Amino acid sequence: MAAHKAMGCGITKSNQLQLKKCDRGHLSVPASTAMRAALLIQRWYRQYVARLEMRRRCTWNIFQSIEYAGEQDQIKLYNFFAYLMDHFTPASSERNLISHIFRENDLLRDIEWERYFNYKSIEIPEDYCGPYLTFPLTASNVTELVEAFRNKQQLHSRYVLQLLGETWKLLRLLPNINHVSTCHTKEITICGDLHGHLEDLLLVFYKNGLPSMETPYVFNGDYVDRGKNSIEILLILFAFLLLYPNDVHLNRGNHEDHIVNLRYGFTKEVLGKYRLHGKKILKLLQKIFSWLPLATVIDQKVLIVHGGISDTFDLKIIAKMDRHRYVSSLKPPKSRRLLLKSKLSDQESDTEEAGAEDSGSSSTRGGGGIRRTCSMTHSSPSSGVDRSLLQRRSLQSHSSVDDELQERRRQAGLGVSPSHSDDQQSYCSDKDAELTEAVEADAEEWKQIVDLLWSDPMSMEGCVPNEVRGGGCYWGPDVTEEVLNRHSLQLLIRSHECKQEGYEFCHNRKVLTIFSASNYYEEGSNRGAYIRLGPDLVPHLIQYQATRTTRDLTLRQSVGRTERSALRALREQLFAHKSDLISAFQKYDPDNTGWISLKDWAVAMETVFHLALPWRVLRSQLVSTTKDGMLDYQSWFKELAIMEPNKELAHTNVLETLYKHHSNLETIFRVIDTDNSGFISFEEFRQTWKLLSSHLKMEISDEAIVDLAHSIDFNHDGSIDINEFMEAFRLVDSTHHDMATA
Amino acid sequence: MADDKDSAEAILSVVHKKIGDAFDVFDHEFNKTVDVREIGTIIRSLGCFPSEAELHDIIAEVEEEEPMGYIRFEKFLPAMTMVLMERKFGPIPEDLLLQAFEVLDQQKKGHLDPEELTKYMTQEGEPFTQEEMEEMLSAALDPDKNVIFYKDFVSAMAVDDT
Repeated sequence: MAAHKAMGCGITKSNQLQLKKCDRGHLSVPASTAMRAALLIQRWYRQYVARLEMRRRCTWNIFQSIEYAGEQDQIKLYNFFAYLMDHFTPASSERNLISHIFRENDLLRDIEWERYFNYKSIEIPEDYCGPYLTFPLTASNVTELVEAFRNKQQLHSRYVLQLLGETWKLLRLLPNINHVSTCHTKEITICGDLHGHLEDLLLVFYKNGLPSMETPYVFNGDYVDRGKNSIEILLILFAFLLLYPNDVHLNRGNHEDHIVNLRYGFTKEVLGKYRLHGKKILKLLQKIFSWLPLATVIDQKVLIVHGGISDTFDLKIIAKMDRHRYVSSLKPPKSRRLLLKSKLSDQESDTEEAGAEDSGSSSTRGGGGIRRTCSMTHSSPSSGVDRSLLQRRSLQSHSSVDDELQERRRQAGLGVSPSHSDDQQSYCSDKDAELTEAVEADAEEWKQIVDLLWSDPMSMEGCVPNEVRGGGCYWGPDVTEEVLNRHSLQLLIRSHECKQEGYEFCHNRKVLTIFSASNYYEEGSNRGAYIRLGPDLVPHLIQYQATRTTRDLTLRQSVGRTERSALRALREQLFAHKSDLISAFQKYDPDNTGWISLKDWAVAMETVFHLALPWRVLRSQLVSTTKDGMLDYQSWFKELAIMEPNKELAHTNVLETLYKHHSNLETIFRVIDTDNSGFISFEEFRQTWKLLSSHLKMEISDEAIVDLAHSIDFNHDGSIDINEFMEAFRLVDSTHHDMATA
Repeated sequence: MADDKDSAEAILSVVHKKIGDAFDVFDHEFNKTVDVREIGTIIRSLGCFPSEAELHDIIAEVEEEEPMGYIRFEKFLPAMTMVLMERKFGPIPEDLLLQAFEVLDQQKKGHLDPEELTKYMTQEGEPFTQEEMEEMLSAALDPDKNVIFYKDFVSAMAVDDT
């Protein structure tokens, strides 16, 4: 276990009370006095370190809960789109705006894809000074590619498309589960999340060697999002995969998902770097992600998956599914019913249509029905979702899959459950029985994938839905034991969670989390690590940290730096909830004095905030000006300054809402910006804002929207620059906390 | 607050909330349990200065019958409340701390050499681990003179008190 834990508590054998005489001859301090003095100093110092550890842990929690709340938000955003799809008529222009993200890729046959991704027509300009690739790739090609990226060059889109095309062809041939062996005394290297941190990948290559036949690697997903070099990491990994297909193995992570990428930065990165062909590249990547293998097994004894397992984990199901049907784990695959439907005769399709219409779906007759997509929850996402419910109340993979199943049964005209199907008898035929089975198999497979990509281990026994992330589950040591035994495995290696030391064992050392992106939350927040595994299957861990300087900071300095960053992020959240907070405070201030006690402040924060944070512990960092245990809350908010681009923007309600939903907004904008110009028109902005506000049941007048749009149109040319918009509404912290102290 | 009983209850509830919040920081799965190895950090962050031996005793008190590696809040809360209410393991006055350093500095140099401090901290009392020692040195050592000016060290740490 990481040594830092020993510092706070120190209950290890070496720290038990030892009474020793001070027997170094030349020292004349009486033994007992020296001992007492030392004891005092140790007691004092350990308390100090514990307080630092508490601060560090709080900071960590802030980042993590904002991160997970964001993940939940993402899922809710997805529900928002599905809601729109369900409730707007086909003719509505609003629907057209976003329907393209639902367009199913498998409509085109493979040959059409090859034509779409044709790179041959793309010319390389004479002034191109990036790397050149020839296919089939050679080792020197790939080494040059790595060097080029190290030198911050960019690969031309022609080569990108070519490389991705070759990768796709290869991935389609791979099974769902990579089976690897450590024969010939080969040691395998296993890396965890990289999240666009190119420096870390390069550091691993430097310390451990490039992938080769002598140095096989397994990469465990989450290559993209958050960091700035996601595309470079992908290109490097794919190049090595093409070069050494038997020695480089890639697993899919939950971020290898185009819907997640919309929010977490990968889409933005690609569109920014590849203005002309970015969209094509992203579409090709969508397919590639869906073709990434789901798991790797070493010597039939060590299982490697990105997220984890559940009590229903079954390698057999995972091995035989059509993994590429799960383009995004956030949405179920296109129903097999609809696939079959296109092959059915007109007669039968009418029967099914009747059943479909009864269910009140908005699918149109005939071929248009293919566009109907089910959302992850069966009920309308915006109806009556009680906002006071804790953050952890979000969709759960268990219940949503059941609901999904019910919904599909309903659509297939099969009634709520098989036992209720008496009046549906006339519709039940062999085909329907097949459909039921197919639908159930789908739901089962989908659950396996979601659990595999999103789950986290917990220390309590059992298996419960992972409400924090909104997908997958939390599984306990008993589940690990059972699943490993059932599959005759001895170790589970997974990633998905950032760990301060880059790795962490749990469940009796049967589960090992490996995380390879150092400084993930902030400079100095954590180390990265990778595993070397030899034929003895005993994991050896190597740690590193990308920037030299952070290692030389004292614990106090690096805690301080990370903390400042986290607090900044937290203050943004505070501002976003300003009016909710003010009304909560006013409940404790009935005489409207403008002051509340700190005790009440903490309770109010808890009530409003859905970020499970220890407010009393954080209080001193967030609230600097108090008097006799009381806080002037109006001035407290004034401390959270925000830069206003336009003085007339007195619509503080709008501003606050903007702030609260700004990351959703950004996602929506990017989806709407269909030509990837980085600009959206007034009209598009207006429509987006209207849709979002109706979904969230906010009252925003048209006038307010127009004013807002005008104020954002910095160039006065009738269009809004998305990046400028996002920048303009970033919170600017004017307090002294921002000053960097040594 | 006319009623004494009211104020006692009020104080108790504040104490309970404080303990709850500190506990929650380490409750990673939101199920009111923490890893036993974090108990020391929690207790110390609440303002207590127990020795390792005293910590050991508290843990023995709040552990399950069969130690599972985690501590439940319902056992921790009453024990910790007592500790806070009785002001056990109170803070160390700055002058006492200074005296302790002065004792170790028998040549009365006004500073300690890193070797001296290391020897005492890793061999006397409840010895530091190597990592604890390294961390203390990195915080305490004057980079130019390569010694520990303990008077400055003590005041610097005191300022940090939140």
